Amino acid sequence: MSAASSPTLSPAEARADRSVTNHLGMWVFLATEVLFFGGMFLAYSLYRHAYPEIFRQGARTMEFWPGTINTAVLLTSSLFMAIADRAVGSERRRLVGFCLGLTWLLGAAFLGIKAFEYAAKVRAGLVPGRSFRGPPGTGPRLQIFFFLYFAMTGLHAIHMIAGLAAVGWLIVLHRRGELTPLRAEPVAIVGLYWHFVDCIWVFLYPLFYLPGR
Amino acid sequence: MNLPGPPLGLFPGWPESASTAAVRVDHLTLALLGVSGLLVAVLGLLNLYFVIRYRRGSRAPRPPLKISSGKIEATWIAATTVIFLGFFFSGARAYLDMERPPPGTLDLHVIGRQWMWDIRQPNGRREFDELHVPVHTPVRLLLTSEDVIHSFYVPAFRLKQDVVPGKVVSLWFNATKTGRFALYCSEFCGTMHDQMTGVVVVQSPDDYGRWLESSGALPAELGEGRRLFVQYGCAGCHTAGSSVHAPPLDGLYGRQIPLARGGFARVDEAYLRDCILLPQKQPPAGYPLIMPSFTGVIPEGQLLTLIAYLKELGRGAAEEAKP
Amino acid sequence: MSAAPPAQPSYLSAGLTVRSWLGTLDHKRIGLLYLFTITFFFAIAAAAAAAMRVSLLSPSGDLMTSEFYNRLFTLHGVLMVWFFLIPSIPAVLGNFILPLMIGAPDVAFPRLNLASWYIFVAGGLLVLYAIAAGGVDTGWTFYTPYSSTYSNGHVMAMAAGVFVAGFSSIATGLNFIVTIHRLRAPGLTWFRLPLFVWSLYATSIILVLATPVLAITLFLMGLERGFGVGIFDPKIGGDPLLFQHLFWFYSHPAVYIMILPGMGVVSELITCFARKRLFGYPVMAAATLMIAILGFLVWGHHMFVSSQSMYAGVVFSLLSFLVSVPSAVKVFSWTATLHRGSIRLDTPLIYALGFLGLFTVGGLTGIFLATLPVDVHVHGTYFVVAHFHYVMVGGMVMAFMGGIHYWWPKISGRRYHEWSGRIAAVLIFIGFNLTFFPQFLLGYMGMPRRYHIYSPEFQTLNVFSTAGASILGLGYALPLIYLTWSFFRGPAAGPNPWRATGLEWKTDSPPPKDNFAETPVVTEGPYAYEEEQS
Repeated sequence: MSAASSPTLSPAEARADRSVTNHLGMWVFLATEVLFFGGMFLAYSLYRHAYPEIFRQGARTMEFWPGTINTAVLLTSSLFMAIADRAVGSERRRLVGFCLGLTWLLGAAFLGIKAFEYAAKVRAGLVPGRSFRGPPGTGPRLQIFFFLYFAMTGLHAIHMIAGLAAVGWLIVLHRRGELTPLRAEPVAIVGLYWHFVDCIWVFLYPLFYLPGR
Repeated sequence: MNLPGPPLGLFPGWPESASTAAVRVDHLTLALLGVSGLLVAVLGLLNLYFVIRYRRGSRAPRPPLKISSGKIEATWIAATTVIFLGFFFSGARAYLDMERPPPGTLDLHVIGRQWMWDIRQPNGRREFDELHVPVHTPVRLLLTSEDVIHSFYVPAFRLKQDVVPGKVVSLWFNATKTGRFALYCSEFCGTMHDQMTGVVVVQSPDDYGRWLESSGALPAELGEGRRLFVQYGCAGCHTAGSSVHAPPLDGLYGRQIPLARGGFARVDEAYLRDCILLPQKQPPAGYPLIMPSFTGVIPEGQLLTLIAYLKELGRGAAEEAKP
Repeated sequence: MSAAPPAQPSYLSAGLTVRSWLGTLDHKRIGLLYLFTITFFFAIAAAAAAAMRVSLLSPSGDLMTSEFYNRLFTLHGVLMVWFFLIPSIPAVLGNFILPLMIGAPDVAFPRLNLASWYIFVAGGLLVLYAIAAGGVDTGWTFYTPYSSTYSNGHVMAMAAGVFVAGFSSIATGLNFIVTIHRLRAPGLTWFRLPLFVWSLYATSIILVLATPVLAITLFLMGLERGFGVGIFDPKIGGDPLLFQHLFWFYSHPAVYIMILPGMGVVSELITCFARKRLFGYPVMAAATLMIAILGFLVWGHHMFVSSQSMYAGVVFSLLSFLVSVPSAVKVFSWTATLHRGSIRLDTPLIYALGFLGLFTVGGLTGIFLATLPVDVHVHGTYFVVAHFHYVMVGGMVMAFMGGIHYWWPKISGRRYHEWSGRIAAVLIFIGFNLTFFPQFLLGYMGMPRRYHIYSPEFQTLNVFSTAGASILGLGYALPLIYLTWSFFRGPAAGPNPWRATGLEWKTDSPPPKDNFAETPVVTEGPYAYEEEQS
């Protein structure tokens, strides 16, 4: 973009101006994500109202500790992301690298634990469909719970993978020395996305792991 | 396709009006046509006039407007809103009447399945792609689907109802003319959707009564019901002498029974349906809660036959049908 | 404003390789990439329509099997809705004109803009694969449980294509919202914006809020198809109607995505060719936003007979009447704009007037459909087919054609042959009415839609409709020919051949790569046409 968008701005003002634009873009994107997940949260609410027992039955098959540890893992990763954002502004390069790296590792750990949980569910025959085997005392309707579980946590996991790619890109930028207080923005913008995906999990956790406990 | 001949009416093509609802719908349509036609004519002529009179280079005077644009805006917003709300109210009133059946309807069951209509008359007589009804009688259809969403549409009655699997919906009408009227499926349901058509045959009450009696299908239906009762294992628990303590079903229909979780229920068709499909919903008092659910096991058509059989149990008719 | 000679070559000559086009970040080139792509999809969908109309000449449908017919109408709907109508004005004219109209050098996120085109193409390729592999017969509405359990077509590939293309819509909407907020030229306050910008803004809000719901709905339907059971499946206690609610929650606002930009274009055309300020500008802007907002509240009017509660039906009917009021206000305001104007029937204005007439009929038949008992009779019949073709083709496509002709000199730097334009516009108007008006009658007579074989008493009107379709087809073919010809051989247009107001006319035709030699500064409102005495 060469021709003046506003001929009277200094370079610093132009950067600040551009930063507001970028932030607005990310917030609009996050609004679309709310609507995206919102459809499934709506479906969850409707079925929980109609069939409360299957949510209790389903939550009982969830293992408490993997889910709870995962919640702690994600919240901690968001903490480090926020620290990284502050650290870029105060030019503490080593801290930035450390925090971004930890964010990434914690995010990867989340996905690892999730994969372990999924594998256990597959082995226990809890994937909806022909091979579904609900625990004794449950009926075919329990598949609605597991359908929602796999759909919502699966979509969340896909967003986590995208988040890992974005944080990975930040790490690359950092290694190249391109994250400076003057160009701090990518960390803030990716941070917004990361916190949002974390927020989604904070809702998913009580909805799937805690009913009936 | 054995459909009735071309519809008659107000102008060539206007469909026949053969129900009490049809009259109201047509009145609304005519009113809408009148207002729309007027609006289109006025706007069309106005635009044409402006395009000619104010063409570039014409000598027509173009002074600024004397009335404030705000007043003009307010006027046409108010007028539009009032006219639209008028149509809304008339429409909503007629619609609620069309949706709420009067008491004492003649009830028929309709099952839609790819690609046919399976109809059960009140006495159990079955027909396919044809619906016989008496004229000037409120008739209620209880419809469901065995597979995908269909839609039961009779243009001459101006009535339509989507038929959804997993639930029973109702549609009521009061036919005002005898004759044969087209029946269409109007929700795409697969390859032969356009051949899921039929006929509604409206007869005088006498003719209808005679038609209903003439088939003699009643004992056969109950025999089928008995066969299903055995096939699905109901007889294993619900007969005297079974080792399982299950409620006896003779003469049960129509009675008030105490429920396990307190209160009472009347044993009607809906209750019997729930007992078979959702036995945990309202189990009777005094019996162990061990009946399995038959959701997804018994197709809808067989379920209706079974319920018809259960209705007749203990009334003597069922006895004759035992093999 | 720019009396000085151009400092840069035009955007068309800045780089002549294929790579410079496929890797461009220039919003103008991206707009043209979209134009070629949507024209391609339009051609395929129109061919399907032509085949269907030929088949419908005969009630027994001997020309093709029902299976084939069912796949044709699905293909037609999917391609026309998502690969032509939804992107058309926003992604072609919006991309090209919006930055110029607000005095900006480009959109807020040019790389996202290019990405959106690639995503669009990817979605289109998935859909083309689904078609080539045998097609889908669920209709563009994908109702469950037919789509999720029973249909044996390539539903997942088709749904995936639409899902992917949806992200292109979201990206475009996001880009426009941020662009309009952040990149307006100095002095260009909100109430100095042309209506085209307001309408793109309102459209973009719908794009970003509604499209994600479509995405999740298709995702859930596809998942149900993959697992074999799901939340729309009555066999495990699911509700098929949940799909319909979610689907229409997007698809009703989607029709406003289609029409609002068209309405914006019409405001530009009528003001320019009547050389007059728009009547009631603030109310028009407010009406645009009201339509966008209220449009989210009326989805249940597609479901009056679906077995939703009758009381829900009453509420949706009321809201549907209310959302029609701002549209009516717009029609009245455009007519009032012509009053005491200085009117010349150039091609763009013929399209705008055609829009006025056909959109009015389409909108009024929407009132018929909002009237509950009437809808019970005509839902699922050709009445609805006629209604939406009147608003989408008679409305939107006419507006699109009008906009293309209006901005053609800006886009190509050339003039097209005016009389060819006028003749084509009139042919389209006549052909369109002949094709679709009989369908209102067919619908009221009771002919259901999506019927390959039909009852013989419907044949006469079907023959009229097909005759009209051939005229309509000719009408669409003509601009393809003379516009393409003019691109290479037409006379030079100059910066402002229509003597229109608007910042886009203050730079060269075609514009240089960065739009403006120096950023314009705005000091007055839009449509500052002087009243011309005779």
